[in-house]
This record gives sequence, C-alpha cells and structure tokens, in this order.
Amino acid sequence: MRYEARVDITHLPGVLDPQGATVQRSLPALGYGNVSDVRIGKTIRLVVDAPDQATARAQVDEMCHRFLANPVIEAFTIELQELAPTA
Amino acid sequence: MSTRVAIVLFPGTNCELDVAWALEQLGASPEIVFHLETNLHGADAVVVPGGFAHGDYLRTGALARFSPVMDAVAAFAADGGPVAGICNGFQVLTEAGLLPGALQKNAGLKFLCDTVECRVESTRSALTAAAEPGAVLRLPINHFEGNYICDEATLERLRADDRIVLRYVRNPNGSLDDIAGVCNDAGNVVGMMPHPERASDAMIGSADGVVLLRSLLESAAVVSSRG
Repeated sequence: MRYEARVDITHLPGVLDPQGATVQRSLPALGYGNVSDVRIGKTIRLVVDAPDQATARAQVDEMCHRFLANPVIEAFTIELQELAPTA
Repeated sequence: MSTRVAIVLFPGTNCELDVAWALEQLGASPEIVFHLETNLHGADAVVVPGGFAHGDYLRTGALARFSPVMDAVAAFAADGGPVAGICNGFQVLTEAGLLPGALQKNAGLKFLCDTVECRVESTRSALTAAAEPGAVLRLPINHFEGNYICDEATLERLRADDRIVLRYVRNPNGSLDDIAGVCNDAGNVVGMMPHPERASDAMIGSADGVVLLRSLLESAAVVSSRG
C-alpha cells in the first residue's frame, strides 16, 4: 500500500520563534490587531510504501525522531492518508 | 612529534583551510578528512570547522551527522580524544548528540558578521584549558543560527558542572544565558560559535583565538601520552 504522510514540525512551546514573532509584530500594521500566538514551522510531505497504515506511521515516526525533527527544539505531528493504488 | 589534527570536510564546509593554517602556525600537522571516510588516520585531535555542511538543508548539521566520518568522530570522542566544533561544527556536534542543546536562528533574525568579546568561563574543556579564567577574548562571529538553547534541566546541569566554557560579554544573538560555547561532561568535546581560527594573528585583527587552539593541541598531547 502507498501512504502519503504529512509531517508538521513546529517549535516546542517556550522555544523562541523569531520568525513567528516578527510576523506577529507586522500583522497589526495591516489592520489585524486581533492576532496572537503566530508560530512558523515547516511541513514535509512524503510517500511511503508499507504493508499497512500502522507500519507506515511507525516508520515515519522513527524518521522524525532520528532525522526530520530535532526533539530539543521541535515538536511534530504526523497525518497519514492512504493513496489510491497506481495502475 | 607534531600533533596530528583531523579537520572534517563536509560538502559546504568553508573554514577548513583557515583552521589548517592557524594550526600549522602552532606547529601542528593538520589533515583534511573528507566526510565519506570512515577513519581519522590516527589523529590526535579533531576539528569540525565552520561552513554550511550539506547546504544546512533541513536544519544546520542535520544531514552532516549522518556522514560516515561522524561514526569515527563519535568513537574518538568516546575514547576521550579532543574534539572541537566551530560555528557550523558546533551545530553538527549538537545534532550528533555529542553536545547538549541546539542552535536556533538568531533572535534578531539577522546573519551576524562581527567581532565580539567572549569571556572564558571554564578552563575544564579541551579548548580552554590553557586560557585564563575570566579572560575576555575578541573573536569573530559569522552565523545565522547561533542562538543557543536547551531545556532548563540541561542548563542547570551545564552550570553546576562548569560546562559553559565561553559567554558573550554582550549577547549578540539571543543565546540562552549568553552561552557562546559548551563542553560535554568529560570536557573533551567542545563547541563554540565564534571562530578562533579567524583570530589567529594580530595582522587580521586579533590573535585572541590562539590560546584556544593551543589548548586543543595541548589536550591532544595529554591524551596521546596517556594512551
């Protein structure tokens, strides 16, 4: 089976996010004075071939711990979606 | 015999020749070791120099830590061999888990290119053993991700164990507790954001980095005479 994984990586709560803070400071100038808690992270999309969804998820989770995210400063969430088989 | 220093070269590293030159001035024999190599050619010390290893893709140091040579660096460090990470090399060593914490984007969101004052806070590391405690060194910085961060428990441990080796006199990048450099528990693995090799001769503005590089060579001599 093929699964599309979407990994969202964000700063851990309490970790300084200078990009998010800068964007947040600029929003009131555009008239959006009601915005708070702006966080900028990254998204990694990948496709995994695996026998089942649990295996695919476990593998992506391992990739995140070992490589895709740095647990010292980042948190991540994984969304998995089964792809239609290719003809 | 002259101290052999392996200088690790990743694709994107750009400070290896400066480090080699500065070490040669001190009588050492530097050798540049490409990242695909799996041994360090019998080196007495290792420097992971600055630059943009593997283009800094994903995160600084994130790809470099999986280069084949890093297993040899980790084994050398575990044996007590002196290892210094400078700038990008510091980032690589934190990603590799050889040093605690991480280096995130500068608080001001600017690439910093400046000469700053750093205070020697601890002389129990391989890079500061020959320095005077409290001495203020003028050292160049060139980084975008030099803002040191770690969790509170780690910071407490670094303080209690005297592992913060250098602090900025005036914090340029938002680093937690003004940290410019830290070492591991044994003191043989050290990382610092400033560039001692670029402060290796008065002609280029400062020779304050020489004492740090000399410390590394002296630490190497101690380890090799022991072994």
